[in-house]
Amino acid sequence: MWRYILKRLAQALPVVLGVIVFNFTLIQLAPGDPVTLLVGDYPATEEYTRQVRADFGLDQPVPVRLARYLEQLARGNLGFSFANRMPVGELIAQRFGPTLMLMLTALGLAILIGIPLGVIAARNRGRLSDWVAQVGALAGYSTPDFWMGQLLILIFAVALGWLPSQGMRSARSVATGMQATLEVFPYLILPAFALGFRYIALLSRITRSAMLDALSADSVMGARAKGLSERRVLIAHVLRNAALPIVTVIGYNLGLLIAGSALIETVFSWPGVGRLLFDSISKRDYPVMTAILMMVSITVVIANLITDLVYAALDPRVRYAR
Amino acid sequence: MSAPLLDVRGLVTEVRRKGRGWTPVVDDVSLRIDPGEIVGLVGESGCGKSMTAFSILRLFPTPAARVARGEVIFKGRDLAAASPDALRRVRGGEIGMIFQDPSTFLDPLHTIGAQIEEPLRAHPFPGDRRARVIELIQQMGLPDPEAMVRRYPHQISGGQKQRALIATAMACSPSLLIADEPTTALDVTVQAQILSLMRDLRARSGTAILLITHDLGVVTEMCDRVYVMYAGKVVESNNTRVLFRAPRHPYTQGLLGSTLSLETASRELFAIPGTLPSADAMPSGCRFAPRCPIAQPACAASAPSLEVVDDGCAACHRLALTGRNVWREGAA
Repeated sequence: MWRYILKRLAQALPVVLGVIVFNFTLIQLAPGDPVTLLVGDYPATEEYTRQVRADFGLDQPVPVRLARYLEQLARGNLGFSFANRMPVGELIAQRFGPTLMLMLTALGLAILIGIPLGVIAARNRGRLSDWVAQVGALAGYSTPDFWMGQLLILIFAVALGWLPSQGMRSARSVATGMQATLEVFPYLILPAFALGFRYIALLSRITRSAMLDALSADSVMGARAKGLSERRVLIAHVLRNAALPIVTVIGYNLGLLIAGSALIETVFSWPGVGRLLFDSISKRDYPVMTAILMMVSITVVIANLITDLVYAALDPRVRYAR
Repeated sequence: MSAPLLDVRGLVTEVRRKGRGWTPVVDDVSLRIDPGEIVGLVGESGCGKSMTAFSILRLFPTPAARVARGEVIFKGRDLAAASPDALRRVRGGEIGMIFQDPSTFLDPLHTIGAQIEEPLRAHPFPGDRRARVIELIQQMGLPDPEAMVRRYPHQISGGQKQRALIATAMACSPSLLIADEPTTALDVTVQAQILSLMRDLRARSGTAILLITHDLGVVTEMCDRVYVMYAGKVVESNNTRVLFRAPRHPYTQGLLGSTLSLETASRELFAIPGTLPSADAMPSGCRFAPRCPIAQPACAASAPSLEVVDDGCAACHRLALTGRNVWREGAA
């Protein structure tokens, strides 16, 4: 298995490299100049501007800058943030935890809500509960998550005042350790919901159709012919078979969550990588943008690898095929 | 006469079709199986023979099917009226079932050993389950039982899968095995092996078999008695020898005439004209009348009932004429 994992990671290397080169070049081609930001709003002298441009190597042609960037990257240096005046590596490390927390919570919500919804819909096929779940899922999937985020803020934070809507903890908080972790919880609910909403809808739809497929399989009739209880048939045969497409969808759509987190973190002022990406775009902070996009592509590659490993663990046909 | 093992009386099974309500696909079928007997149920595809078999255990491939009327008396109990839980205890316990396509009826995600063991877990089994699984695998003539236990369905051949499926059905030593077209999906050479395996099982354990097939060759080789179904009804039944030598229903005569043999090879291939009527457009009266060479207006007026003839029964208004082949000699 380790050989397989290493092989897959080696195969992913050109993909990640391609993403870096593409993003780097694309960003350089975009209009706007980071130097205006660096020198500030005050009228600066021509000489000072040129000096700043040279200091950051921005006077070099794009291929040279790309080569330098890749060289530094190979040494583990992600570059220096123009806007934050600190190494990009440190900056991302600070923001990584909150994003991971948000994404995992959203994913957990999607699995814990979406899959049971789909199972209920499939078992009540054609009845009212199925219809409600289906329409709800379609509406949920068609709702932009940033809009859902603002709606949740309006209802639960503004109108009802039940939950906080901004940040990760109170500015006045002095708590540390476990206490501090627990304090995050109420701040986490709304953004996690907003981020996970489309995922919930997606999973409930996939689960429903996977369940219906699995339920109508001959092997389920075969299992009933053995005298197994309905419960046993459902757990050992239906759910197990239905899990295959569900796992695939969970894994391959993780990109949805990553893309969504940029918007959701902005809407909820969540101090994570997504918000950092948004800020870096508006400030033309090239090194930060490139590094985050690279990180996203690595995350997607790893998520796909994990998906394939889980799939292989579930399905003997795949396990022995390779 | 000893008490029958299974006595199906007046069975009506209906299927729900979109916008057309419940339509009977098995209509007033009665059949009997004695202990240790191999009984064939034959007919064209779609005549309701498989649905009859599924009705016995109320095990339907689609949720939109139901046993509407009739009794299914198995060892003195009416399975048609049994609770779902009582029925579950019969399934895989006292009545085993095997199916047409072994590759789809095995679960691809579980090992062969685990699947053969399942009925032993679902029903009270006093002995060592693992030992029983090995014993079953050996009985089915599967190679290397210890390794077979750990195999997955995709790793073994079609014939081996059908053997594994039969092992599953036989796990709890049922007194009746229902076999729905067990050899249709298999190669001819494998077919013969599976059939001889089933005959051995009957000889060894006295298990009665209800064999559903459209293959008349299989019937002559295997069955003690035969029921012929047409359009949801039993049209003729008899012991195999008599039925094949002197069929009395025009449909049975046509069915036998349309099989290939060295005798028929020199003649033109025979086929019964027309097609099986669909369940929601059944002709009134005798359902075979539109395709029958000796049909009269009276045949369409009322449905014939089964009448005792030559050790068996046949349902035809014109039994006086059917002592000879009506297809070859016509109504003259």
